[in-house]
Amino acid sequence: MTSTAYNYGTPSTGATTVNTGLAQMLKGGVIMDVVTPEQATIAEEAGAVAVMALERVPADIRATGGVSRMSDPDLIKGIIDAVSIPVMAKARIGHFVEAQILEHLKVDYIDESEVLSPADYVHHIDKSKFQVPFVCGATNLGEALRRITEGASMIRSKGEAGTGDVSEAMKHIRTINAEIAQLRSMAENELYVAAKELQAPYDLVRQVAHEGRLPVVMFVAGGVATPADAAMMMQMGADGVFVGSGIFKAGNPAARAAAIVKATTYYDDPEVIADVSTGLGEAMVGLNVSDLPAPHRLAERGW
Amino acid sequence: MAPKIGVLALQGAVAEHERALRDSGAEVRKVRRPAELEGLDGLVVPGGESTAMARLAAPVQLMPAIRHRLDEGMAVFGTCAGLILSADKVSDAEALVGFERIGGLGVVVRRNAYGSQVHSFEDDLEVTGLDSPLPAVFIRAPVIEEITSPSVEVLAEAHGHPVAVRHGRVLAASFHPELTPDYRLHQLFTDLSAG
Repeated sequence: MTSTAYNYGTPSTGATTVNTGLAQMLKGGVIMDVVTPEQATIAEEAGAVAVMALERVPADIRATGGVSRMSDPDLIKGIIDAVSIPVMAKARIGHFVEAQILEHLKVDYIDESEVLSPADYVHHIDKSKFQVPFVCGATNLGEALRRITEGASMIRSKGEAGTGDVSEAMKHIRTINAEIAQLRSMAENELYVAAKELQAPYDLVRQVAHEGRLPVVMFVAGGVATPADAAMMMQMGADGVFVGSGIFKAGNPAARAAAIVKATTYYDDPEVIADVSTGLGEAMVGLNVSDLPAPHRLAERGW
Repeated sequence: MAPKIGVLALQGAVAEHERALRDSGAEVRKVRRPAELEGLDGLVVPGGESTAMARLAAPVQLMPAIRHRLDEGMAVFGTCAGLILSADKVSDAEALVGFERIGGLGVVVRRNAYGSQVHSFEDDLEVTGLDSPLPAVFIRAPVIEEITSPSVEVLAEAHGHPVAVRHGRVLAASFHPELTPDYRLHQLFTDLSAG
């Protein structure tokens, strides 16, 4: 039996209601990068709605360099055992065998992520072949719709991971919002060319034009490091936030994690955000995206 | 007059419930603080992560405030995580220890009883009071392991477990009626809140 989810779900993709629906349950929440079972427990204790299991947070991937791959299955199993909330894990773009391994390990969501080194510079994973849901990164509407066509059940705007600089996250959500607003204002007979220009299927483009939003949940990622960053993304219309290096590269991870969770729920209340921002200690050091040479910008991976 | 129904909006499938309730004729508002419970005839506790909601509710003591309003006659509808937060007992409560829940529903539930996301499923349910099957989406769903009060009425079962129950002014489901366009369970709750 299949049913159409509340203004989500679409006949033209492989995504099922249970898979797009899990992302709907995460809305208004914070998903945190963790590299050990101990960190996963701290994240759950702080009120994370899910954890992302990986070997190194993006800031360390940047520092270390080299090829970055899926984590050791043992680490992922340890994290699954440590928490009761959903566990996500990253596969390289196009690496369908890493995805098969993660599905076998029974992770709750696979992130086909530009933070790892791409395995295929042309094709993404055919996500419709999997039972486990996928979240994919996007910097614009066309990219988001191409990922949804391939079967992604959730989108995460990319930002620039591992920097603590929220400007790219802002750029990507503004771009996606603006492109959706533009579709909404178009006449019905202009949507064919809009689909051509977005390089996305007409049916999905038409659906976005009618509903005024993506057909799946969209979180924001890449550079969120403070409660104020998270609240700003929520005020921009994000369904929730991913925080990567921002928590465990900061001075007091447990306090910062709980503060970001609270700021995400009370994102429109400056009194709460001011309160939780007080006395958090040092934020992650951070890198200005404008200082990063182009080959080191992760958001440009994915096509 | 349209009943006033709140949706607990700490995290989770809030917009989906708001839409279903409006469609059922209720006047709807979000609830994130105890003062926002004032004057409500009903409250939906949505699906999401019960651990996150319990922690967000704690600093403002929202769970005991909801229980207080329930005892005063406000109706409560818990779906998935909302069922966990409404149940009198949770058998695998490790991650909820030290945090208050609402309670008031005479059942014992187990969180994530079906396993990880690959075991999530859809089903069509025979529901007491509905004249045709209701589509139901189960996502990392809890299971009602035991009924501990004789006043609990089982409205639907799946795989040998109760999945929709009513106990006085509390309605609860282990699935997500807010994810399908069939809003009959929301209609039932809107009527319960009004009555």
